[in-house]
Amino acid sequence: MKIGTPKEIFEGEARVAMTPDSALQLQKLGHECVVETGAGAKAGFADADYKAAGVEVVKTAAALWKAADIVAKVRVPDAAEMKRLREGQTLISFFSPVADEDKMKAAADKGATVIAMEMIPRISRAQKMDALSSMANIAGYRAVIEAGNNFGRFFTGQITAAGKVPPAKVLVVGAGVAGLAAIGTSTSLGAITYAFDVRPEVAEQVESMGAEFVYLDFEEEQQDGASTGGYASVSSPEFREAQLAKFRELAPEVDIVITTALIPNREAPELWTEDMVKSMKAGSVIVDLAAEKGGNCKLTVKDEKIVTDNGVTIIGYTDFPSRMATQSSSLYATNIRHLMTDLTPEKDGVVNHNMEDDVIRGATIAHAKEVTFPPPPPKVAAIAAAPKKEAPKELTAEEKRAAEIEAFKLQTRNQVGLLAIGGGLLLAVGLVAPASFMQHFIVFILSVFIGFQVIWNVAHSLHTPLMAVTNAISSIIILGALIQIGSSSLLITLLAALAVFMASINIFGGFLVTRRMLAMFQKS
Amino acid sequence: MEFGFTIAAYAVAAVLFILSLGGLSGQESAKRAVWYGIVGMAIAVVATLFGPGQGLGVVSVVLIALGAAVGYQLATKVQMTQMPELVAIMHSLVGLAAVFVGFNADIMINNMESLFAANDLVLGATEDGSFTAIGLPKEIYEGLSSFGQLIAKKSQVEINILKVELVLGIWIGAVTFTGSVIAYGKLAGKVDSAATKLPGGHLLNAGAAGLSLIFTIMYLGGSGSWTLVLLTLLALFIGYHLIMGIGGADMPVVVSMLNSYSGWAAAAIGFSLGNDLLIVVGALVGSSGAILSYIMCKAMNRSFISVILGGFGGPAGEQMAVEGEQVAIEADGVATALNEADSVIIIPGYGMAVAQAQTGVAELVRKLRAKGKNVRFAIHPVAGRLPGHMNVLLAEAKVPYDIVMEMDEINEDFPDTDVAIVIGSNDIVNPAAQDDPNSPIAGMPVLECWKAKQVFVSKRGQGTGYSGIENPLFFKDNTRMFYGDAKASLDKLLPMID
Repeated sequence: MKIGTPKEIFEGEARVAMTPDSALQLQKLGHECVVETGAGAKAGFADADYKAAGVEVVKTAAALWKAADIVAKVRVPDAAEMKRLREGQTLISFFSPVADEDKMKAAADKGATVIAMEMIPRISRAQKMDALSSMANIAGYRAVIEAGNNFGRFFTGQITAAGKVPPAKVLVVGAGVAGLAAIGTSTSLGAITYAFDVRPEVAEQVESMGAEFVYLDFEEEQQDGASTGGYASVSSPEFREAQLAKFRELAPEVDIVITTALIPNREAPELWTEDMVKSMKAGSVIVDLAAEKGGNCKLTVKDEKIVTDNGVTIIGYTDFPSRMATQSSSLYATNIRHLMTDLTPEKDGVVNHNMEDDVIRGATIAHAKEVTFPPPPPKVAAIAAAPKKEAPKELTAEEKRAAEIEAFKLQTRNQVGLLAIGGGLLLAVGLVAPASFMQHFIVFILSVFIGFQVIWNVAHSLHTPLMAVTNAISSIIILGALIQIGSSSLLITLLAALAVFMASINIFGGFLVTRRMLAMFQKS
Repeated sequence: MEFGFTIAAYAVAAVLFILSLGGLSGQESAKRAVWYGIVGMAIAVVATLFGPGQGLGVVSVVLIALGAAVGYQLATKVQMTQMPELVAIMHSLVGLAAVFVGFNADIMINNMESLFAANDLVLGATEDGSFTAIGLPKEIYEGLSSFGQLIAKKSQVEINILKVELVLGIWIGAVTFTGSVIAYGKLAGKVDSAATKLPGGHLLNAGAAGLSLIFTIMYLGGSGSWTLVLLTLLALFIGYHLIMGIGGADMPVVVSMLNSYSGWAAAAIGFSLGNDLLIVVGALVGSSGAILSYIMCKAMNRSFISVILGGFGGPAGEQMAVEGEQVAIEADGVATALNEADSVIIIPGYGMAVAQAQTGVAELVRKLRAKGKNVRFAIHPVAGRLPGHMNVLLAEAKVPYDIVMEMDEINEDFPDTDVAIVIGSNDIVNPAAQDDPNSPIAGMPVLECWKAKQVFVSKRGQGTGYSGIENPLFFKDNTRMFYGDAKASLDKLLPMID
């Protein structure tokens, strides 16, 4: 099949859906590649690079759309491109089935197949094709860089000869892919980073990136993010209030706020209100990654940078990935390449559009003259649902005390019972047995007791060495044989000699093997 | 040397032995603990060799030296995968030694009886007020070995107790001997490891035990040493038949149980010889083995009795049918998943030991760890054929012990794990233990590896595990079967990890 990539028409879009590298990989799958001249120019890939990678370069967009069986691009096609789309052709691009519903219908009517990169399901297997994540990662990184560009101070705290510099405080709202990338970038620049998310289960991820998770004092059954495919869902008004109160508390302290809160197919929630912006210090920066969907801050102006009256910069760019076109193009191209790998299972250049496959089915929104959106729920759950944790019941002090006393009583009863039985048995033996026996018997009982006490503490991993050691020391039987060997009877001497021999094999074998084993246990 | 000094030496040795066992609570202190044991043993042997009542000292030293040479050979030549066999065969030696020492005591008693008869006296006769009347002429008494003197001073009651003790010592020793030999044979593959019983099964064992009891009573009644010989033969048979009836996977319990027996035998002999050190050490070893057996049984959620009597009970009802199919995967698929995973848990089992795959596994772990992945091992308490078997194998392959986790430590981490690899284990990862109340292994604690995002099972073929039950794990959506010999599979896999 021939895979073609046209130049992006959308204004300001610098990315390209195929790089020379990805083209090489696509050719390994048996496909041919074609690009429109100048397609990669803004992302730093010259036509010559494509040619060197064996890619055909055609002069016009029209020629490209004509030549390619599969068109891979970044932005959703505009009206002109939609006209060029023809029957049997496959289009792979970002394509929102909700916002661009009519285009989707038009494509289906034409008989073209459309694979929307937004619709790649969020399952482990499909991570390699998840362009939303790879783009969000870049956006998160870039958001911090843009913030730093507009922030008049260091991120990291320093004590220099020229004075002390406090570290910047960064708050990241929404710990999705973009949020986590922002957290990582910000902590590695040295800022004190706080992060918030409505899904409490991401706290661990946040902390693993080196940020502090902002907890709310709020008790409500939190919806498990796993049931919504890993995305956040709408929260209750009470929860929202608690959240805003926390943000109001933080606003005067933080220098940089990066908001990334998006709910699929909805207006972005307002999280950073006007009064919070007012309470921030002059020189602070807000980067609103949700600007495209109206912004998490109502003051945000889409695609622009504004400065408020109290000196707070609000950045509402929506083209962060495009601002790092080389990086984002190579990641996006790799996502496309992985998708093609799944579409070409035999690696023979023949596309097998398998509608049984969860990933392919999920991403395909138009196929065989039909709109195939929304897809059926995937067979594999996106994320294993977290087991419902039994909230540990908060016991009152009295209840605790009572439970402790109860346990103590039970323990005492058991112990006393055992002691009484054991002691009784011992006394019964003492009634009949002569004193000489009882002298040894007490030694025996004490040794058993010590054995029980000691062995419980033996580490599990050392059970084999324990067996070897006990085996070695059980050859203490050699003492008996040694005592007997000097007897006047030949038979006794013979048997005793054999016993000495065998026991000493055991002593040496047992200890040596234990030493050998223990020497092997090493710490990393 | 005085007798008092020997006793003092025994006290020191006993303390050292206790410290030696106590020191096994941690990997580092264990290295010191072995030395305590060695020194304790040396003190005990030397004190006895030069103690009172010892004869033929030179012969003894030569014999010990010979034993040392053989022991050294055994200990240095053995492969770590053969450790269970070695431990088992060494138990048999202790058992046999106990039998010999016990017989010697009996012979000694007979000798003493004839000695007393030759002097017109009765061994063990008491005068009024329960004082033993030795009555032997001084020169004869002083010509006796210390054990002889001990017997000479005993009253009739004490001699009967002595006889009970030595019967116990011989009986347990003999069971330990044949039991260990059979356990060795099963572990070394020389005897079929399946549970086999002679017709009559448990009745046969019970009958032999009953007969033993009758012979004991006859022996105590003075029927003579032939009862003792018959009793020993019966015990040998019980040891053989008991262990034959226990299957390969229950070997951890069996080996630690035999370990316990060898200790009790030593303790019983210690009673009959009046030697406190034997009693102390025997009791230590006996209780240690008993606790280990208990731990193993608990890990399998089975009672000690049911393990000893062998085999699994029949299923309690209709078992859940397993749906789905086993999906195979090739090495490159496993490699891709491993290269993409952040956290990996490996669950080794007896299959890894059989295929000698531990070095391959260790190499895999090294490669994955070098890439910064979180790789850990999950060890089920009954994995392998010896308590702690897997730990020793992994240690041999230089896997650091701090990434080797116990079941309880790691079971909760599976849901956060990207890839779980099951190498040569089956029943210990069987979800039926939790899901299916009718399964024969229902209630047995298992490693919940199926909660990981992806599970790979390295397995020779489609057969069932030791217990012969289907494993629903192999049919789960997130499980892929990586068929083939574990070692060969790893060799294929290793070059693909980059």
